[in-house]
Amino acid sequence: MVNGLTLNDFLILGLAVFLLGVYCVLTRRNAIGILMGIELILNAANINYIAFSFFGGGGANYDGQVFAIFVIMLAAAEAVIGLAIILAIYQNLRTIDVGAAETLSG
Amino acid sequence: MRMIFVLFAAVTVISAGVTAFSRNIVHSAFALLGAFAGVAGIYVLLAADFVAMVQIFVYIGGILVLTIFAVMLTQGLTGVNVSNRAVGRIPALATTLIAGAVMLCAILKTPWYAAGARSIAPTTYGIGNAFLGAYVLPFELASIVLLAALIGAIVISRQESRE
Repeated sequence: MVNGLTLNDFLILGLAVFLLGVYCVLTRRNAIGILMGIELILNAANINYIAFSFFGGGGANYDGQVFAIFVIMLAAAEAVIGLAIILAIYQNLRTIDVGAAETLSG
Repeated sequence: MRMIFVLFAAVTVISAGVTAFSRNIVHSAFALLGAFAGVAGIYVLLAADFVAMVQIFVYIGGILVLTIFAVMLTQGLTGVNVSNRAVGRIPALATTLIAGAVMLCAILKTPWYAAGARSIAPTTYGIGNAFLGAYVLPFELASIVLLAALIGAIVISRQESRE
């Protein structure tokens, strides 16, 4: 309990963002919409990392924040590659409907 | 403090909700801005100033702009199938709510180890030491990953002249 805030407040905020991201991934057929959902999920994970880092005593231990920075870095790489693939699909199929990218199925 | 948390949390959750529920992919993309900014505010509240700045630079300045670029490159803004749904709303909502209920129970029932809070102080010194000390190998690998992503993205999205 710090200034009226507990760890559970932040975990529940992370849970809410995570669930909205999962809903976004499940319901979109637009590939870019799915990527947006993934970004929300990664942000939820980062909220948890930072919250545990904050409430876990702090001191000279920055592991949680370092992990969050690695997650942000991988999210950037993932977004770049994902959007490049989506643009390549769009150039070939003129759509980004993930159900339409099935030219490999027999 | 509580009020600030509620403010940032509301901005985050409402923006994420617009992202998840909006039928228009352009609205979703712009609502993502609020979600990322709200999360950055939460980081500041949790004494993670450097991570908050990285969040603003990388997410809002990089990923979000890239996403909006992709939205505008791939669709006419008034296209019919701007955003259609894959799984129906009801199954998706049911899955989400069940998973949420389980995780909420887990959060509330677990006796979390809470040793007290980090003091509000600059974190760049500690993070820099961690990156060049215990985490130097992942740090160097990260640069290779980013280089591979850079080259890969150029190769994948390049307009090849096939004649």
